[in-house]
Amino acid sequence: MSATPVSSMALVLGASFVGSFGAVFLKSGAGRLHFSLRRLVLNYRLAVGVGLFLFSSYFFVLGVRQGELSVLYPMVSLSYVWTLLWSRLFFREPVTRNKFLGLLLILIGIAFLGLGTR
Amino acid sequence: MSAATPTTTEGTQPARKPLSRRQAVAIVFFCTLLGAAGQIMIKIGAVSLGRSTSPLAMVTNPTLFTGYVLYGLMTALFVVALRDEELSILFPIIALTYVWVTALSVMLFGESFNVVKAIGLSTIVIGVGVLGRDPKK
Repeated sequence: MSATPVSSMALVLGASFVGSFGAVFLKSGAGRLHFSLRRLVLNYRLAVGVGLFLFSSYFFVLGVRQGELSVLYPMVSLSYVWTLLWSRLFFREPVTRNKFLGLLLILIGIAFLGLGTR
Repeated sequence: MSAATPTTTEGTQPARKPLSRRQAVAIVFFCTLLGAAGQIMIKIGAVSLGRSTSPLAMVTNPTLFTGYVLYGLMTALFVVALRDEELSILFPIIALTYVWVTALSVMLFGESFNVVKAIGLSTIVIGVGVLGRDPKK
């Protein structure tokens, strides 16, 4: 058996997917910020964002129970790839050459990590 | 990605001396150490959970909890540094966390290290660096 089970990788990559939606809600909540504590607390988008981060960490912890942290932790960087996708989709942010190149390198790196575990 | 937005809970503050670039970079460097330490504790805590999948067991696990506290501290410090320095300069430094976590995993947990892993790790670190760079500069 590999030193890092596929189930662990799936849990960590899944956590990065859930967590990336947390960033989407934080971003859309931050766009509606008002400088009053009451409205900050009532800003449900921010609450959902934080909630999604907590929810994603549940899967992350389940994932790192088994397997190598040196493989699983860098795999969290997949969340950058998701975030770039959602930024384009939901906020119409431009995908610059640097962003695309960075995304590509991260994906290649994750693939190598997956192959490097034994 | 948007530039640093001012934090909301600190609306009115007396005038303060902004951080120099060197100070901001030093703070973020410290953030990577905190983040790595937090991650190691999260791993130790997660392993100690055994087969349990109960969220309650996670929340009440002291090691896991400390790991997340360190992580929260790291985030707060990063925001402090972001108030005075650009994200495109500070963000790539965060990728160092991957290097520390890998080194600590090999040293503390006896995890394997090989050429393929090294290629994967460095490609990700470079990728995060490129992603965060400001194309206008």
